[in-house]
Amino acid sequence: MKLTCDIDVHHLTRVEGHGNIHIRIRNGEVVKAQWEVVETPRFFEAMLVGKKWENAPYLCGRICGICSIGHTLASIRAVENCFNIVPSEQTAKLRLLLKHMETLQSHILHLYFLAAPDFLNTGSVFPLIKSHPEVVQRAARLKLLANDCCDVIGGRRLHPTRTVVGGFTMLPDKYQLEQLRQRLETSMADLEQSAELFASFAIPDFSRETEFVSLKGKGSYPFIGGSLVSTDGVELPENEYLQMTNEYCVENSTSKWSRLSRDSFAVGSLARLNNNFAHLHPSAQEVAKGLGLAPVNHNPFMNNVAQLVECVHVVQDAIRLIRELTAAEWQEVRQQVTPQAGTGVAAVEVPRGILYHCYECDQDGRIVKADCVIPTSQNHANIQHDIQALADNYAKKGSSDKEIELLAEMLVRAYDPCISCSVH
Amino acid sequence: MSAELSYMGVDLTRPRVAFFELSSCEGCQLQLLNKEASLLDFFNLLQVVQFREAMSEKDDTYDVAFVEGSVTRADEEERLKIIRKRAKILIAFGSCACFGGVNQLKNRFADQDWVKREVYGDFAIDTQPVRPLADIVEVDVNIYGCPVKKEEVERIVTDLVVGKTILYPKYPVCMDCKANENICLFDLGEPCLGPVTRAGCDAWCPNNRMGCWGCRGPAEAANVEQLKNIMAEHGFSSETLLDRLECFGGFSAFVDGLRQPQQDTGKQGSGI
Ligand code: SF4
Ligand code: SF4
Ligand code: SF4
Repeated sequence: MKLTCDIDVHHLTRVEGHGNIHIRIRNGEVVKAQWEVVETPRFFEAMLVGKKWENAPYLCGRICGICSIGHTLASIRAVENCFNIVPSEQTAKLRLLLKHMETLQSHILHLYFLAAPDFLNTGSVFPLIKSHPEVVQRAARLKLLANDCCDVIGGRRLHPTRTVVGGFTMLPDKYQLEQLRQRLETSMADLEQSAELFASFAIPDFSRETEFVSLKGKGSYPFIGGSLVSTDGVELPENEYLQMTNEYCVENSTSKWSRLSRDSFAVGSLARLNNNFAHLHPSAQEVAKGLGLAPVNHNPFMNNVAQLVECVHVVQDAIRLIRELTAAEWQEVRQQVTPQAGTGVAAVEVPRGILYHCYECDQDGRIVKADCVIPTSQNHANIQHDIQALADNYAKKGSSDKEIELLAEMLVRAYDPCISCSVH
Repeated sequence: MSAELSYMGVDLTRPRVAFFELSSCEGCQLQLLNKEASLLDFFNLLQVVQFREAMSEKDDTYDVAFVEGSVTRADEEERLKIIRKRAKILIAFGSCACFGGVNQLKNRFADQDWVKREVYGDFAIDTQPVRPLADIVEVDVNIYGCPVKKEEVERIVTDLVVGKTILYPKYPVCMDCKANENICLFDLGEPCLGPVTRAGCDAWCPNNRMGCWGCRGPAEAANVEQLKNIMAEHGFSSETLLDRLECFGGFSAFVDGLRQPQQDTGKQGSGI
């Protein structure tokens, strides 16, 4: 018998923000597959108009509770690029370290609290507290470590207090950094066990050829600034981001969508890894190989695995950064800021993919125009096309509607969407 | 995790708790998951029946509703009214819910159509001026902060569970800041709203050499006039003061007189 089903997921759970999934299958044919974004917009880009530059990082961090550090750093970079400020080496290292720890925090939250329950057949992490206590404790340990690092460097794990245009308001304590380094070294064992856990999960067999967009690494795996690249061969400088994002509005979505060489493209861990595999730390490459992930991989469910690989990379790189920072004398914490009229663009790789902030300022540093392009909004079109193809594949295989519904939910979760962020 | 719960020998029922979010960054909810050390103890106090960000199970019978975010669309207004009907205790969770939070900054533009066009061009988008929860329903408990401070959430929730009256500090952030022996930011050339802002965050920002932006709203008997003088004496413009006072909506009663034509973005149509 051919499958006929109606799937309607209202306010998908275990994702950040509000989105719905609708699938209609008639006689084994998908007649409708829709990813609907219903989040309410907050109009940050309008809010910023008329505000002085110093408001931008403070306000923009509040676009997103999960990646507030990423937004704050992108906002700072956009203002600094506008005013021609080049951060000192020390500031650049501290920012990268902070960014790494946000990546770790966010990836662990997603992998263990949002994604893993599907693979372990539960509705949330709460039942796992009883059934798999060691798993929950490991996740809590890793997240706590990442958050503690964010507190020490950024002042606060959520909506950081020390990060400002020109540098930091104050420097971390070297002794605390050294303690964190030791904890990072020991956390490698937890990450190895995380890799074993994910190796035991049945990653759905699905792939759809996709264009992947990310920063392009130059000598290192990219996180803050640099050129933009796609697996279809597009390469552009940071300040020409608009040609990379091509945002447009669609019905059924309060978030904008993006396209490049095809109807849609993907950003995020898998995109970064597909474009920059060679720049990963050797032990991260090792873990990737062990989990069957090699570039270019077109299975969106492998974004989970790519996040895990990146956890290994950021922990290793954080250890290096702390070594270098503690070995050097502290330099000046914060540079003088002199506003200039102009436009500043920042491209920063945040946990869910490439994030752009762009501000146009007048000579007093007052914002005249602001634009923020969020990773999840760049992914929405790709999620839509994936849902369509996934429903089609599994309807043909004769899967039940329950199976298709779960797979569609897992697919959206694999992108780790940050929906309220995408409708900022 | 034990199922039994008692306070000074008296057995307590774990309240059924649900979490909801309206327009927000979801950061306040995240704060609950962000304190790993006491996470399990905290969730042991409660019976979480709905928490969309963390769980798929869903149950509409609850005693306590934590509502994060502000109201910006008719469907949110409806959701909030339904939550109010179902909950015995409704908590406005975080400054977005208590005062409108950063979201209410869009309300400062006289031309709300310009706000829509600036972001969406000609694409039709549904939005209303931002409102805090208390503009629509009765709120039983406010938990202030952007973000909320987990220690305070834990204290308030424990008080709720054991039936104690919930008390907030009446004094300003400066008191905690001085107790922490910080160098005053004014002496370092930075503006700060500590003298007028409600304490309870342990001077979170000044501890990190960032001036307070007033995210928790006014302290009791906040003397904003005096703060104006302090700011002026230290050479800060009224624009700098306004940026902070209007940031989270808690000081909305104090900002009107401060808004200058300088804030006018002219031809873009914001007429403040
Ligand atoms: S109060 Fe602040 S942290 Fe909490 S939801 Fe609103 S913007 Fe986010
Ligand atoms: S830094 Fe701010 S909170 Fe602290 S004493 Fe000075 S004015 Fe008060
Ligand atoms: S110091 Fe001020 S801005 Fe910072 S958390 Fe406390 S009340 Fe909020």
